[in-house]
Amino acid sequence: MGAIWAVIQTEKGEPRGVSYETIAGGQKLAAALGKPLEALVLGAGVAGAAEKVAARKVERVRVIEDPKLDPYTPDPYTAALRLAVEAEKPDYVLFPHTYQVRDWVPRLAAALDAGFISDVVDLRADGGEPVFVRQPYQGKLNADCAFTGSGPRLVSFQAGAFLADDAAKGDASAEIVAQPVDLSGVEVRTQVLETFQEVENKVDLSRADVIVAVGRGIGKQENLGVVEELAAALGGQLAASRPVCDNEWLPMDRQIGSSGQTVAPRLYLAIGISGAIQHLVGMKNSGTIVAINKDANAPIFSVADYGIVGDLFEIVPALTAKVKEARGA
Amino acid sequence: MKIVVCIKQVPERDARLRIASDGKSVDTAGVATEINESDQYALEAGLRVAEKVGGEVVALLLGPDAAEEAIRRALAMGAARAIHLNDAGFQGGDASSAAKALAAAVRQESPDLVLTGLQSDDAGWSQTGVILAQLLGWPSATLIMEIEQPEDGRIKVKRELEAGWFQWITLPLPAVLTIQSGIYPVRYATLKGIMGAKKKEMKKMGPADVGVDGGQVGAAGRKVELKRLYVPEKTAEAEILEGDAATAAASLVDRLQKEAKVL
Ligand SMILES: Cc1cc2nc3c(=O)[nH]c(=O)nc-3n(C[C@H](O)[C@H](O)[C@H](O)COP(=O)(O)OP(=O)(O)OC[C@H]3O[C@@H](n4cnc5c(N)ncnc54)[C@H](O)[C@@H]3O)c2cc1C
Ligand SMILES: Nc1ncnc2c1ncn2[C@@H]1O[C@H](COP(=O)(O)O)[C@@H](O)[C@H]1O
Repeated sequence: MGAIWAVIQTEKGEPRGVSYETIAGGQKLAAALGKPLEALVLGAGVAGAAEKVAARKVERVRVIEDPKLDPYTPDPYTAALRLAVEAEKPDYVLFPHTYQVRDWVPRLAAALDAGFISDVVDLRADGGEPVFVRQPYQGKLNADCAFTGSGPRLVSFQAGAFLADDAAKGDASAEIVAQPVDLSGVEVRTQVLETFQEVENKVDLSRADVIVAVGRGIGKQENLGVVEELAAALGGQLAASRPVCDNEWLPMDRQIGSSGQTVAPRLYLAIGISGAIQHLVGMKNSGTIVAINKDANAPIFSVADYGIVGDLFEIVPALTAKVKEARGA
Repeated sequence: MKIVVCIKQVPERDARLRIASDGKSVDTAGVATEINESDQYALEAGLRVAEKVGGEVVALLLGPDAAEEAIRRALAMGAARAIHLNDAGFQGGDASSAAKALAAAVRQESPDLVLTGLQSDDAGWSQTGVILAQLLGWPSATLIMEIEQPEDGRIKVKRELEAGWFQWITLPLPAVLTIQSGIYPVRYATLKGIMGAKKKEMKKMGPADVGVDGGQVGAAGRKVELKRLYVPEKTAEAEILEGDAATAAASLVDRLQKEAKVL
């Protein structure tokens, strides 16, 4: 019987937080299928990360250590894991659905001719074949997916699908073993020139107390006035979802989400924002969340405390007036 | 320089989605469609590179007859011609089987560069372009936000990383790049473009035409099966404030003051 592997993504020699979520998901799958869970750490200078992971409840921690794995590029990562999977034949290989995983794990799937169920939010194994739940159509629908056929099975978990804190600790530290792979013949075709932050963020939204965030529902740049007035009335900062910045209606340093800023103000208003996961990860820890959207089924309502369903062009001016009234302005 | 851009047709953003009677797919009857968002940006990026260094953009789409509409839009935007992988044998697949079909078509074209979107707005696998690269044996880079002119057989691109970080990298051609939305403002099709599109070549091809084994593509080639598609149950439900705009706004302000105490 093959094992389940949780592949750990590291950053500066430390496991990334999402990697513990992968372990938590792996523990759930391992319990459901009665298979052993192992962790696999790959990189250069990752001995410390392996030790941290070994404290969690896993059978063992395998370590692939190779200078070619730093900095990250897809060719050696793909080769390293392909060799390890071919040698040890795990049944399942699990990943966090990070930008890095998006960059190389589909290559691995093709190299192994394996199935890859990506961006999974939950899993079930009602005796036998496990079912992995995804959210296609921008999170508007759920899809139960299963693997067909045999061979290694790759799965990536959406950020937040499992909780890092749920990754149970082991009674004793798990054994750490080297996983030998020979990367000497692997050509690294990608050359990394520079890794940088684009602009010093002009506005540090993470300090804002109140954020009024606007999405594609605003329609066009000329319409921004209504939300600007609301932000002013609330004494809050204006922020946006990605399409608003992609369309250059607002500058990129106003973007909230996985590629923008992460914020947790006391009050967050999401106006004309559907609530895609890449937006939610940037704001879901806000104190009170208000959603204004014409679509009653928009995913944003599932993280909001209060919602108003309707046309933002009617609701926002009315809200601005009421806020001014309440604040005695 | 020859550039192939993969485009997928997807339901329009705000379209009402109904589950089809098979419980596994979306009923597409009467649903408005568009070119997948990041694919529009991929097309824009491809057209810009071709305009700068010379060459042509070939649009590549796998989908049913109805997807001709997306192809026509791509031709109107400036693609020189299009390949439409349109055959019952291509339907019902996953990212892996779609990539196998696309790879077969790309091999016949042998371009210098293939661009895809980073993720489809319907299936959302975020896999197809990268699998395609591996099948072709080419290098790939994802989440591209800027492309520089190729030089000495290599191309320099800017990748988006998480939390506002970016990276400049180079890779040898031919290569596959998956484009992130926002890379460059997407052009509109002009009237002249729309008229001109009617004369451009749109080649319909099946598995045998691109030389791919029917068992590798479509439902026969998939490694992942969709068992059930459904509307998710809402977990934490927001308190929805009812009434006309003024009433709802007043209740909200009241809640924010008295319950949430944030005003
Ligand atoms: C790798 C990756 C990274 C990403 N990073 C980010 C990120 O950092 N931040 C981010 O935000 N997104 C990011 N995205 C994009 C994300 O997936 C969504 O596409 C995006 O968040 C959608 O923005 P939106 O909600 O404004 O637009 P849409 O999804 O188009 O939603 C618009 C909403 O407005 C509503 N609406 C329309 N008109 C009105 C009206 N008159 N009144 C009221 N409501 C109205 C609609 O019902 C709809 O719900 C990323 C995607 C990927 C794949
Ligand atoms: N049927 C298709 N036809 C053409 N291109 C596709 C198709 N499916 C996926 N792609 C391309 O692959 C990208 C990623 O899709 P996905 O892996 O489904 O998220 C899309 O943005 C498209 O560029």
